[in-house]
Amino acid sequence: MKPISVHHAHKSYGAKEAVKGISFEVDEGLLFGLIGPDGAGKTTIFRILTTLLKPDKGEALVLGLDVVDDYRQIRKHVGYMPGRFSLYQDLSVEENVAFFASVFGTTIDANYDLIEPIYSQLEPFKDRLAGALSGGMKQKLALSCALIHKPEVLFLDEPTTGVDAVSRKEFWQMLHRLKEENITILVSTPYMDEAEQCDRVALMQDGQILSIDTPERITKTFHNQLWAIKTENKYQLIQLLRSYEYAESVQPFGEYVHYTDKREEVQAEHIMEYLKSKGVINPTVVAIAPDIEDTFMRLMEQEETYE
Amino acid sequence: MPNEVNNRIQNKIAAFVGFVVKEFKQIYRDKRTLVVLFGMPIIQMLLFGFAIRNEVENANIMVLDASQDQVTQELINKIDASNYFTVVGEIQRYDKIDDLFQKGNIDEVLVFEADFARKLQRGERPSVNVITDASNPNLAQLIQQYSTSIIVDWQQRRSGLPNEQNSGVVANANMLFNPQLKSVNLFVPGLIAVILMLISALMTSISITREKEMGNMEILLVSPLRPAQIIIGKVLPYLVLAFVNVLTVLALAEWVFAVPFRGSYGLFMVESLLFIFTALALGVFISTKANDQQTAMMVALAGLLLPTVLLSGFIFPISSMPWPLQWISNLIPARWFLVIVRSIMLKDSSLLLLWKETLILLVMTLGFIVLSVKNFKVRLE
Amino acid sequence: MIKAEKLTRKFGDFTAVDHISFEVGAGEIFGFLGANGAGKTTAMRMLTGLLVPTEGEATVAGYDVYEQPEQIKKRIGYMSQKFSLYEDLTVRENIRLYGGIYDLGDQQIKQKSDELVNMLGMKELQNKMIGSLPLGWKQKLAFSVALLHEPDIVFLDEPTGGVDPITRRQFWEQIYKVAEEGTTVFVTTHYMDEAEYCDRVSIMVDGNIDALDTPAGLKEQFDADDIEEVFIRLARGAERGE
Repeated sequence: MKPISVHHAHKSYGAKEAVKGISFEVDEGLLFGLIGPDGAGKTTIFRILTTLLKPDKGEALVLGLDVVDDYRQIRKHVGYMPGRFSLYQDLSVEENVAFFASVFGTTIDANYDLIEPIYSQLEPFKDRLAGALSGGMKQKLALSCALIHKPEVLFLDEPTTGVDAVSRKEFWQMLHRLKEENITILVSTPYMDEAEQCDRVALMQDGQILSIDTPERITKTFHNQLWAIKTENKYQLIQLLRSYEYAESVQPFGEYVHYTDKREEVQAEHIMEYLKSKGVINPTVVAIAPDIEDTFMRLMEQEETYE
Repeated sequence: MPNEVNNRIQNKIAAFVGFVVKEFKQIYRDKRTLVVLFGMPIIQMLLFGFAIRNEVENANIMVLDASQDQVTQELINKIDASNYFTVVGEIQRYDKIDDLFQKGNIDEVLVFEADFARKLQRGERPSVNVITDASNPNLAQLIQQYSTSIIVDWQQRRSGLPNEQNSGVVANANMLFNPQLKSVNLFVPGLIAVILMLISALMTSISITREKEMGNMEILLVSPLRPAQIIIGKVLPYLVLAFVNVLTVLALAEWVFAVPFRGSYGLFMVESLLFIFTALALGVFISTKANDQQTAMMVALAGLLLPTVLLSGFIFPISSMPWPLQWISNLIPARWFLVIVRSIMLKDSSLLLLWKETLILLVMTLGFIVLSVKNFKVRLE
Repeated sequence: MIKAEKLTRKFGDFTAVDHISFEVGAGEIFGFLGANGAGKTTAMRMLTGLLVPTEGEATVAGYDVYEQPEQIKKRIGYMSQKFSLYEDLTVRENIRLYGGIYDLGDQQIKQKSDELVNMLGMKELQNKMIGSLPLGWKQKLAFSVALLHEPDIVFLDEPTGGVDPITRRQFWEQIYKVAEEGTTVFVTTHYMDEAEYCDRVSIMVDGNIDALDTPAGLKEQFDADDIEEVFIRLARGAERGE
């Protein structure tokens, strides 16, 4: 029995189809990531799996239980952290945790060992109202509350959105520690670079899954040679490469521009010569390996050409 | 096995208690709302009791006495002697009345027909025309009622037996149970109804929709809490608060305004509790339909509070409403509660007399509870 | 374009922004980074004339933040992820509204509206409600609307949160374009890779600017592979939260 399995799930809000026939499974003890921008359908999938929404078509099972028929059973065994901070802002840190413990018929002490690594960081502030916490601390509190009843499956909807890079990094470290407790975790994020933190990911766009695999294998599907190009003036560089007859894709990427070429065999010199012929002084052209973001954009473009 | 069942029940109770404790903490921490909750009844009570008096005090009267005999003089003196009226002077011509009212100093003119005393003696029914400045209709109506009842009273004393053709039933009723015609006596029951509506229905609906709006409900739903636990947990604190307010208003009425309380306190408490339940059920029902606090507030204020103030008989008597409004007023719980409270407070009515109104409230309450349970969503859609 | 000298803002005992000094030149893309609660929002509010500084000097577009906040507001554009356009107005109505706010004439608004919808390829969408548009479109449109009155400086507060990677890049190309045309761009973001799109980057920690340089310069200075590493090293030592 897989902790999470979704088969051909559809969900519409009025005329808008948010989830267009999605299927995926998550193995026990895995950290599985749904990666995609806002509007990809990530939150809808979370709400279906946490029994908050019924799929229009298809089925979804959590711990082998149907999300529509057995919703009461599922609610006892899963932990959920919604995308928006949903704890009581007018209760203190400790009161929030104690409240959610009582809701699940347990106490803080009974499950302290599980939340200890996270909650211990909050304990100095346990009398502070939740509304007065910083973004990173709110997120730790929400995770503590979602874990207080030792759930078998943990659903985390965009836990790192709007949180600064330091807190984000810490958060992922906490998730890796939880994995060791054999908790299955489904997590979503709009930050492409966080895909590497997951065991497996589903890249999502516009209600569909573009690709499911381990992050390494997904980037291997990017077949073309990718070039990172840098010059003094980035805007001009983009314009020049766009008008290059062999250009396949041109995307700004940090201080570089990522470029693929239509030709089978292409050398860095070819591109350099072209740029120099246009008056660019000293361009840097380096062959690089694509990352998830390059691959995601490639998959998006392919999807659009199919349509 | 029985142990496991015991455990489960214990867990359920612990979860419920945890919920209620959380609710009380939240109410207690929201100091501003707390001040409003406890301050409002007191302020409203003082406002209605002292400021917004619907009583006539020293209304200015002119007399047009075509008869000029001893009887009319006696009647005029009696009216002048009352606290409500001051006879300012006399006029001679009927067509002066308009001018008089235009100037705005005179509220009423009494017109006695000629040969008043003689007609009375012959057993005829001489007429007094009571003409009021109706630019303020409420006041005009009151003045008219007051002066009519003084005349009727005078006539009864004079003849020694009630003259049925002349006695105004409305005036008589008022005189009987509210002899000083004090409006505060009538306002207290209405005020209790308004305050209970406000606290019970408005506050519960807002507090439940706030959980939806802040996203808390999303987590509560994905937990083993049952809808009944959530609803009762939400309602219980407001039941207590509302009841405290009933006692406050009652205490103020007794000790500050000396409003008579003729009936049974026990019955009054039970009926108030019933009405609180009606209002709470209404509040829960609103919150099952509204998704944010703003909607809940609008519905509660426009849909509950206004009708409670305007159509329940609190300010405007139902009998003087046009029939569509009279019909609508039947649907307003406060209308029935008002009848109950006024009867208990001013007339010492027993449950035997009030069973119909009580039954109506009971049916309404059950109806709203059934609707709420049916409409409570265990999911987000 | 922007010049801040020991700019400070206190809230009671709490010093949100603590004597920061920096300059931003015309046509520069300036990245303004910082952990949650480092004081970015407060600094930005002072520069946009919404908050009076406690101490220090600052001029924006040549105007003084103490004396001439109204002139500043006329010369800057502002866009944030949280609030930008009215969801229940159409594309054209939104443009018209902002045109009106900045005192553009009817003729000018009409001309600008046409230009704008053509440039963004939104001709078919121009009478659609903003609420029905995908997030990426909204953000691009919001940016263009912020530039409607041809400001000298545009402030962007986390403009690309949650937007897909392709649209995000289109957005940045828009930024390059206006910077090329001479508009100064002042931008905050949580995407560390986006910091590398900027000409210069400042990183705020606990109310101070702890680092300010070109992305390449920062990486060299901290011997780091990317800006994220620089950021984490600086922000790790942060004392305070929001």
